[in-house]
Amino acid sequence: MRRFFLRRIGQVIGTVFGVVTLIFFLQRLTGDPTYLLVPETATQADIDAMRAALGFDRPLFVQYLAFLKQIASFDLGRSVIQNIPVWDIIASRLPYTLQLAGGALLVACGLGIPVGVVLALYRDHPASRLLASIVLAAQSMPTFWSGIILIMIFAVTLGWLPPSSTGGIEHLIMPSLALGLLSMATFARITRTSLLDELSKDYVRTARSRGVPMTLLLRRHLARNASIPVITVAALEISNLLAGAVIVETVFAWPGLGQVTVQSILARDFLVVQGIVILGAFVTVALNLAADLLYSAVDPRIRLDGTRR
Amino acid sequence: MTSAAVSASPRRKSRVRLSLARWAPIALIIAFILAAIFAPLIAPYDPNAQNLLGRMKSPGTLSRSFHYLLGSDELGRDLLSRLIYGARVSLFVAFSSVILSGVVGVLVGMLAGYLRGLVEVIIMRLVDVFLSIPAILLAIITVAVLGPGLMNVIVVLALTRWPRYARIAYGQTLSVANMPFVRLAAFMGASAPRILLRHILPNIIGAVTVVATLEFGLMVLFEAGLSFLGLGVQPPTASWGAMLSSGRNYLATAWWIATFPGLCLFLLVLAVNLIGDDLRDRFDPRSH
Repeated sequence: MRRFFLRRIGQVIGTVFGVVTLIFFLQRLTGDPTYLLVPETATQADIDAMRAALGFDRPLFVQYLAFLKQIASFDLGRSVIQNIPVWDIIASRLPYTLQLAGGALLVACGLGIPVGVVLALYRDHPASRLLASIVLAAQSMPTFWSGIILIMIFAVTLGWLPPSSTGGIEHLIMPSLALGLLSMATFARITRTSLLDELSKDYVRTARSRGVPMTLLLRRHLARNASIPVITVAALEISNLLAGAVIVETVFAWPGLGQVTVQSILARDFLVVQGIVILGAFVTVALNLAADLLYSAVDPRIRLDGTRR
Repeated sequence: MTSAAVSASPRRKSRVRLSLARWAPIALIIAFILAAIFAPLIAPYDPNAQNLLGRMKSPGTLSRSFHYLLGSDELGRDLLSRLIYGARVSLFVAFSSVILSGVVGVLVGMLAGYLRGLVEVIIMRLVDVFLSIPAILLAIITVAVLGPGLMNVIVVLALTRWPRYARIAYGQTLSVANMPFVRLAAFMGASAPRILLRHILPNIIGAVTVVATLEFGLMVLFEAGLSFLGLGVQPPTASWGAMLSSGRNYLATAWWIATFPGLCLFLLVLAVNLIGDDLRDRFDPRSH
């Protein structure tokens, strides 16, 4: 357990270091990153001043070390446009994105898992096939379109829900649905596959032949055993939901991190974009680690020395 | 882990499934491809021709010399013509980025799986790093650096997606590289490029094709998403994502502007996903 944990932490540190390095070099794809940080109307003198102020005139390796040091001290720099630390911008927007991702996760699990169970238990039923087609359709639906369709139906035509912006829980319903539907398909699929896997095992056959009712079997044994892949997917899906928020937030004018990312690109406020991307990567890495650890908590059969089962 | 009984049954089922379900998506994709290729011949009007007196006309309206079958947009441009030209952008970006990222990813993944050692460590760690940045965010930050535009979008998507192919090619190569015929080829003095291209590639191409098909649908969505955010193809070029974005402002007055591009996107991606699923069932019945 301890060895596994240490090795995994080592990997995480390596990946985080890699991400920071990658972003450093991405910034320099076009040569001089100064141009990413100045308004389009800046004069040459402004650009030169900015370059010197940010140290972009130093040798690349020196800049790289400085960048590593800056990120290591959790400093994401300052927004050029708003002139406040990037962290402050993130802190003010993060709660909205978390709300949205939470709502979407609720939609995705709340719909996806039961659908997956039905798909597995009634595999050959025609209704189940119809349900499978609906799942596939949901997966093929661009979030920005499903969002717009939702607005047209529930806000414009029926007038039941507010079309955009924030407020009470009613503001959260449509964005969560639009974002959650995409992940719903993933949950349905993985639940189905995992449950089918479990259903084919000997203990299920034995229990069934002894007359154990399916509902009891499902509750007592299958739910726990089949939940392992679902948990892993959940951790990965959370990071997908956070990333997907970029588009959904724009559709619904939801003031979260996604909206500020897009606004910052259009306003050429590069450090804000960079800060959010770094944060997104860190969260993803952390979630992957959490999935690995949860894995063993749910299923003690998995030994944490790297070998499974 | 899975018994053969479970995996065999859905596979058999898919074989007897109505052939319509298999051919309809292929027919749909061919229709989109033909529309894209022959856009200048099919499109009733120039996609960028404005008719300021015929703004936001509902489907079927006649206005001056225009007959708007699917309505017009906020500048009086024919929506149907823009949709047809938009297919060009979607398909071109998706094809190019899939090919670019696929070739790079497969090559790199095969090298890692065949050469092993330091090459393997460096490449696969790099893959891990790329995959740990959410794809949309990686695409967005790269667009922020390179700037928007058609060619940049392709580069961005290829840069973002090659690790997916690298990982699958790597895994497949590892299992194929130890097979007797590959070892024999190496023993007989075949060069590494020859072994990779003649012996390993043909054996992993199936798995790669499945990934590429599903990626194709994803790339269509990515391009549309970037264009929707204003970071992709720039106006006045017709792109479904950008059309959706501008239609968003007229939901109450002109529903058709946002609805039809979305429908096209949905149908194209659905068709691609159906084919991808079908391929996946054939190559790997377990992951159904």
